[in-house]
Amino acid sequence: MTEVEVRTACALRLGDDGLVLSHRLAEWASRAPELEEDVALTNIALDLLGQARTLLTHAGGLEGRGRDENDLAYLREERDFVNCLLVEQENGDFGSTIARQLLWSTYQLGLLEALTRSTDSTLAAVAAKAVKEVAYHRDHALQWTLRLGDGTEESHRRMQAGLDRMWPFTAELFERDGVTAEAVALGIGPDPDGLRPGWDAAVDAVLTEATLRRPADTWAPTGGRRGLHTERFGHLLAEMQHLHRSHPGARW
Amino acid sequence: MDPTEALEEHFRRTVEGEQRIEPRDWMPDAYRATLVRQIAQHAHSEIIGMQPEGNWITRAPSLRRKAILMAKVQDEAGHGLYLYAAAETLGTSRDQLLDLLHRGRQKYSSIFNYPTLTWADVGAIGWLVDGAAITNQIPLCRCSYGPYARAMTRICKEESFHQRQGFELLHTLSHGTAAQLAMAQDAVNRWWWPSLMMFGPPDAESAHGARSAAWRIKRHSNDELRQRFVDMTVPQSEVLGVSLPDPELRWNAERGHYDFGALDWEEFRAVVRGDGPCNRQRLAHRVAAHEEGAWVREAALAYAEKRRREPAA
Repeated sequence: MTEVEVRTACALRLGDDGLVLSHRLAEWASRAPELEEDVALTNIALDLLGQARTLLTHAGGLEGRGRDENDLAYLREERDFVNCLLVEQENGDFGSTIARQLLWSTYQLGLLEALTRSTDSTLAAVAAKAVKEVAYHRDHALQWTLRLGDGTEESHRRMQAGLDRMWPFTAELFERDGVTAEAVALGIGPDPDGLRPGWDAAVDAVLTEATLRRPADTWAPTGGRRGLHTERFGHLLAEMQHLHRSHPGARW
Repeated sequence: MDPTEALEEHFRRTVEGEQRIEPRDWMPDAYRATLVRQIAQHAHSEIIGMQPEGNWITRAPSLRRKAILMAKVQDEAGHGLYLYAAAETLGTSRDQLLDLLHRGRQKYSSIFNYPTLTWADVGAIGWLVDGAAITNQIPLCRCSYGPYARAMTRICKEESFHQRQGFELLHTLSHGTAAQLAMAQDAVNRWWWPSLMMFGPPDAESAHGARSAAWRIKRHSNDELRQRFVDMTVPQSEVLGVSLPDPELRWNAERGHYDFGALDWEEFRAVVRGDGPCNRQRLAHRVAAHEEGAWVREAALAYAEKRRREPAA
């Protein structure tokens, strides 16, 4: 891989993560448990979409084939998306959504902190801005994990079930492959191994305080970074892309 | 003068002197009840209004449009929050008001009982529905009740932005492909008459008009505001390059206003009664969100209670 290809792949991965998670969170609009959460979940979704737009624009520019953020979001097929499997998981109940938020935002915060030192100046700039946003996302998820984990019997049961459901998809976050190895060598991105201890410690601390059990590491599905997604992901894209694709070349 | 008469006199002078009534001030029970009813209906309209537009978030045709629409729907949740807070200053909690909404005892604006069938409907809602809402709401920034007037000042600023984004969205469509222009025209055809109905029944049939005017809650009649909206909107439609679906619409130089055709008040009454295209769907969606979130709200209360009982560290 050339340096530009590595930078492109890094931007595309994080861009797709943000695009897809933002879409899932936006599905909550008008459905949240209370009005304050409608505001909060949409706010988080907007932050992630903003990050994704900058990253996809950057990836398109590096790629040099004239694709902009919309070409990348609306005109790629399932197999071309390189987001991780965790962010595409369906919302489930509020407990599942909070579990996904806790696991993802804890990971994303560590990743962004490392990316502020990236040799890719755009990635470093995006990370410097996003780190402040994601610190809030993580705090939001943390507070709700405590309330649900240590709230009522029902909320404890649902929060644990959400955590059990999302947990297997976290293994992929720390996977190493050709892109991560080259990114480390070129100073573009961090070694996933280096992010693990901080993530473990942060997640364990929250789960303990929330009286929740850390799920066992058994099943560890993977493939998102190679375009191998879950079945439901195709439905997400069908919904997201249909209008744009129905009017080829139109401006919106 | 007995004490109540003195209070009434003070209230009357305050209102007529264009001063504000504040939460701790004495006010007639009927004034309080009128405000609660009106603010609640407005708050309910904001949160029910999230549904027709939210319907298009996951299908928005560009990332810029998606971000704008998410921000707009989020603003509506925020407006709901300010308004429920304004109603709370009158001694009625958000829970009480939501319960009345869910049991069909309080209304929200009937406009949200129409469906958003195409992307252009998002633009038509911004341009026409938010445009009509602003026409109604700007005078409320001078409403005699302080917390409501202050909430409306902030809401009107955001609504004005919403209206412009709707216009800009439609303008892009009407100057785009033939299919996009047709989509824009179809949306305007469907939303025009319901938008005019947002000003409520004709003045002759308006139930609460005169008293609200005396209390400086309402400053212009339904028909005056409707005319103002038509006069403002017709020139905008010309810039957009779309027609308005009213063969009787024409400038009347003598009156200095546009004349327009008769509204279908039978349809208006049907939708208010609950028989619009989406009444049942909108309420069921709201009730489902509330009921499915009950365990979350209970958990938050239980957690807060546990923390409260803990000895201070």
